Amino acid sequence: MAPELLKQLFYTMLRIRRVEEKIVELYPEQEMRCPVHLSIGQEAVAAGVCGTVTPTDAVFSNHRAHGHYLAIGGNLNAFLAEMYGKATGCCQGKGGSMHLLDLSAGFMGSAPIVGGTIPVAVGAAFGAVMQDLNKVVVVFLGEGTTEEGVFHESLNFASLKKLPVVFVCENNFYSVYTGLEERQPAGREVYALASAHNIPSFQGDGNDVEQVYQMSAEAVARSRRGEGPTFLEFKTYRWREHCGPNYDNHIGYRTEAEFQEWKAKDPIVRTQRMLLESGVMTAAEIEEREGAIAAEIEAAVAFAKSSPFPEKQTLFQHIYAN
Amino acid sequence: MMKTEPSQIAKQKSSTRELTFSEAIREALTQSMAANPAVYLMGEGVPDPKGIFGTTLGLREKFGAQRVLDMPVAENGMTGVAIGSALMGMRPILTHQRVDFALLAMDQMVNNAAKWNYMFGGKLSVPLVIRLVIGRGWGQGPQHSQSLQAWFAHVPGLKVLMPATPYDAKGLLISAIEDNNPVIYFEHRWLHRIFGEVPAEMYRVPIGKARTVKEGADVTIVSTSYMTLEALRAAEILAKDGIEAEVVDVRSLKPLDTEHILASIRKTGRLIAADAAWQSLGFASEILAIAAEAAYKDLKCPPKRVTLPDVYAPSSPAIANHYYPRAVNIVNTTRTMLGYPEQTEAEMGIEQETPLDVPDSSFTGPF
Repeated sequence: MAPELLKQLFYTMLRIRRVEEKIVELYPEQEMRCPVHLSIGQEAVAAGVCGTVTPTDAVFSNHRAHGHYLAIGGNLNAFLAEMYGKATGCCQGKGGSMHLLDLSAGFMGSAPIVGGTIPVAVGAAFGAVMQDLNKVVVVFLGEGTTEEGVFHESLNFASLKKLPVVFVCENNFYSVYTGLEERQPAGREVYALASAHNIPSFQGDGNDVEQVYQMSAEAVARSRRGEGPTFLEFKTYRWREHCGPNYDNHIGYRTEAEFQEWKAKDPIVRTQRMLLESGVMTAAEIEEREGAIAAEIEAAVAFAKSSPFPEKQTLFQHIYAN
Repeated sequence: MMKTEPSQIAKQKSSTRELTFSEAIREALTQSMAANPAVYLMGEGVPDPKGIFGTTLGLREKFGAQRVLDMPVAENGMTGVAIGSALMGMRPILTHQRVDFALLAMDQMVNNAAKWNYMFGGKLSVPLVIRLVIGRGWGQGPQHSQSLQAWFAHVPGLKVLMPATPYDAKGLLISAIEDNNPVIYFEHRWLHRIFGEVPAEMYRVPIGKARTVKEGADVTIVSTSYMTLEALRAAEILAKDGIEAEVVDVRSLKPLDTEHILASIRKTGRLIAADAAWQSLGFASEILAIAAEAAYKDLKCPPKRVTLPDVYAPSSPAIANHYYPRAVNIVNTTRTMLGYPEQTEAEMGIEQETPLDVPDSSFTGPF
């Protein structure tokens, strides 16, 4: 991979990490009054995949969407303002953490009903093809979604019509507190489900941003050539609790040892080491970038906190479009 | 076959012909597709030889397979697909041959289509029409005969239409297709074959407007869909005894033309809400609630609901005949309100030319 590109992916991951760490820090203030599903530990998938599409493409996501939104270029001020329920939020305070959108970045929407955005993404690809819009659609989903009927309905149709969709499955092994072994048969890999729909499907290391990028680039290129959908499964791990800012390795559904094993595979530390060892980047450069990111985040938090709340009458706005 | 009364909405005589309700729908689809290349049709059986009760016949030949599509048997997924395509600028029309099938798609209709505009702060709307067929008769039984309009009308963000005449079938469908919001369009199977005057040009009936189909001073019958025909029959029968019923066809359950309905209730002082759906928490209950809240002092007697009982449609005609409310129920409810004794159908002069499980004698099944 070109050193500059890897550097860029590293910075994207680093920025997502720092933004979410800021949420961890500020959440106890009780001013962000909405659920938060943090993606700390999973940043390589967001950065790697979003690095392969452009704002004229379309990205859909799920409840754990912060990383996807930021990686594709979603506005940081509008993101944090949305977390604070402000009028300047990306959804004017109607959505909160679980509903993000930035059309200028190609981020078409994230929503928390498991599987809910998958057929919508497929339909966006269908609509784009009908109008010759030359778009590739990416939809992020968790491995739990592959247990939903609508997942299979969506893959069936995408395959039938050879639609330009890349299904990106982040397999973090848990649906809330329930492990994969309680939900899916042993010995049947998640990505194999897509093969049954005659969709080229691949499995990769979700903590290896280079690998994620390369697999995604191939999938996106395949869609651009009109060769249809691809399914990518990336194994990764969420460090924090399903919903909220804390660690939860002590409550009994997973172990500290398992977490430590995954923490040792931190995608950011791993990439940073690689960049430093190869001499592409210096420690000073990283420090400088850390400073720039911190300043950007401070400014965004200040923007969010100082922004006005939505006016009372906006409660009744947007039920219908004009 | 039965005839509806001529529409009282202004029309140009030169361009007015009689069409069936089905033909009126097909004409609305044809004209809308010709007018806007973003409009496309999708549904199980849309291009098949039966063409959704005749409403989509010939459209694939006219507009091509790209715009007139059959689909996988995947109601929820394909509703999501329709929504996604709408976000990209298309105007999908999705059809289910029974409302019962659409229950599989409640997630996409309620969680996504209805809320997309609101939950993303008005940034992206979902122009989508979903045609749902309801109906009765011919032993359809518990899973092919439900009337769930109240479920949909309960959800903010959806618009819910129930045309009762060929004129409204065409004009409301064109309005629905041009609307930037998800619109649920209910078709009663027994209306598909009725005739009525329908102008040839592309016209719109505004969404959110009720219509007084027949004026009267003694009782207001607020009706939906096929019950409007039953209400008109009841009004004819009541007229023989000098009772003047006013029939208000709701047409749009959401948004609801509350003022129009209230004006009629205030005028007559008596209210019957006739809706062929379950009584508890149903649309008829909503009409009574509106009357109680806003026209309590104008009511001369307690308002009444003429609805389905809270049980399922059985298949056997022997018991299904007791299931659906008909003109006789509306007539007797009115008579009781006004202090007249109830009458039998024979006393009312109702002669059953056909069995109760078919809309007319030309209907011989199988569905």
